[in-house]
Amino acid sequence: MLKLIRFIHLLKSLWAVLAALLVGSVLIWIAGSDPIQAYGALFHGAFFEYHGFATTLVKMSPMIFAGLAFSVTLRSGIFNIGLGGQIYIGALFTTVVALYAPEMPSWIHILLCALAGAIGGALWTLLPAILKAYYRLNELIITLLMNYVASNVVSYFVSGPMMEEGAPYPYSPEIPERLFLPFILPGTDAHIGALIAIIFAILIFALFQRTSFGFSLITVGHNLDAAQYAGMSVQRLILLCFMISGALAGLAGTFDILGLKYRLFHLFAGGYGFDGVVVAFLASANPLFIIIASMFLGGLRSGANVMQRVVGVETTVVEAIQGLVIIFVAISLRFSFDRTYWARVLSVRKEVRTKLAETKREATDS
Amino acid sequence: MTEIFLNPSMLNDFLATSLRLSMPLVFAALGGALCERCGVFNIALEGMILAGAFGAAVGAFFLDSPVAGLFGGILCGILAGLILATLCVSLGVNQIVVGIAINLFVVGLTAFLSRVVFGGHASTLNLPGFKPVAVPWLSSIPIIGSVVFTQDALVYLMYVLVPLFYVIIFFTRWGLSIRAVGENPAAADTAGISVTGIRYFCLLAGGALGSLGGCYLVLSQVCLFSEEMSAGKGWIALAAIALGRWNPIGVLLACLLFGACDALQLRLQFANPNVPYQIFVTLPYVAAILALVGVIGKVTPPGATGIPYKRGVSREQTII
Repeated sequence: MLKLIRFIHLLKSLWAVLAALLVGSVLIWIAGSDPIQAYGALFHGAFFEYHGFATTLVKMSPMIFAGLAFSVTLRSGIFNIGLGGQIYIGALFTTVVALYAPEMPSWIHILLCALAGAIGGALWTLLPAILKAYYRLNELIITLLMNYVASNVVSYFVSGPMMEEGAPYPYSPEIPERLFLPFILPGTDAHIGALIAIIFAILIFALFQRTSFGFSLITVGHNLDAAQYAGMSVQRLILLCFMISGALAGLAGTFDILGLKYRLFHLFAGGYGFDGVVVAFLASANPLFIIIASMFLGGLRSGANVMQRVVGVETTVVEAIQGLVIIFVAISLRFSFDRTYWARVLSVRKEVRTKLAETKREATDS
Repeated sequence: MTEIFLNPSMLNDFLATSLRLSMPLVFAALGGALCERCGVFNIALEGMILAGAFGAAVGAFFLDSPVAGLFGGILCGILAGLILATLCVSLGVNQIVVGIAINLFVVGLTAFLSRVVFGGHASTLNLPGFKPVAVPWLSSIPIIGSVVFTQDALVYLMYVLVPLFYVIIFFTRWGLSIRAVGENPAAADTAGISVTGIRYFCLLAGGALGSLGGCYLVLSQVCLFSEEMSAGKGWIALAAIALGRWNPIGVLLACLLFGACDALQLRLQFANPNVPYQIFVTLPYVAAILALVGVIGKVTPPGATGIPYKRGVSREQTII
């Protein structure tokens, strides 16, 4: 019984999602459609149709990267909500390398593009990272404001020095075709970026679980002074954590350019940054759960179009559901098992059991 | 360039634009400052502005009057404040998480509802708005007069709110209670002040103030609603709160500074068509970042900001 209660608590993100879908069905009903039919169309279109599933994979890739980026900082109590800006700068660096680097074998060129994207994203976190690490300035406002600066930087480059000649509106020239990422499902847009993102999620999971760096991040998050006292170089950790986060966000931009968009334009990645925030919260910052959460959210996004076609509900309802998900996830944070009456019962029971075992052992010994 | 400041009519124009552009910031920052004064870090300001803008658009659209819009906007702001208060004060969830959640929630919900309500024509609406009214006598003061005293109802409301806020916070019992709750809730609780009550009141009032920023955007500036029209104003307002040191008058001055930056960048864009406009567009954001960097180590928020209060618990850990 108690185990069951604990299990129910562990699934709290699932409850949050269900609650959001339930409230979302009210919204669909307000919009004048049948919620069951709408959700049916949505999930069928997202997961049980070849092309729909391919679109889900396409949407997943940047979400996983952004979600990982956010969870790396979240683990140490930092809220890097400037992911959007880091994605833009990463994509900008990628496009520059893709367009202007000298001739070389294409796989090396792709690697260089990815490296450039990671470096671009990491560089964009440098200012908030330094301010946070050395001056303990709250990173929230600065990282967010830098999003607006970054999107204007991209806008400047694509409408100025990098603009394609004769283009009707500002965008960069297309990257060379030999840099296009291979597809995993033939005949669709599903590129290899989703697989690479999943590999990165596993790597980050290993980083969190198996290395002292991962452990240090938690310590910094829970008690900065204790971490310092334990001899951790807190400043370096914060800098490193920001840089990794920025690099992952930059990669989200890289793979979106190399796999899907093939050229850079203003606001090409609208909303990717905050998708990452939602995914990371939904997955309680666990890299493996991020894969599942991204699949769910990516499915919502790709299924939304099918839903609009079939039952005529605006695709923006998905944005509203996404907002509801994060509100309910925030509420669910309150209900951790460790704080409940049942957790106490469980711990008392365990204590009694060990005591009993001890007395039993003493009895047999004597 | 220097012409702006030498030519009286251009200066007049510049100051009027500055005031106009800083108004949403002023309302939002006052709301945020009130919340932080009582110990809740309100990063949901961006969402509150957007909620207010949406409510204002809906109210003005259906009842065809700016006053109805104002009420609609304030109602939405109070609702946003209520979510913030329930989650942060009653449930004790991490305030930053809740703030981010509300911002995203409002963006998604207003995007959807505006399609439902306005049928995709939200950005081509021509809503009824507040018209500027000149105050007799005062508006004939040279340069400043027409800027400050030929404004619409919401600006005059702001002229009342700022001193009122100042007096309440620093010279009344209520204000003392609010500050006590923000600095040391345990001590305030011991003294018989209801921490939960004060925080609820401040968050609802903060939500209403924040939504006024959105009301101004819709009812006085553009007379339409567009998705994500708050465009980072809530975050600039947060920077203004720190720059203004949680003091309503300081906050007002900081907002005017950012508004002036915005007005300046518009002028510079028109004056220098050869320079890429993006350089100018980033000016208000860069100014806000610089302001935050500039106040490092010189300002401290109210002591209990960001920490949920629960009787008998010294400091609750709420990191995920």
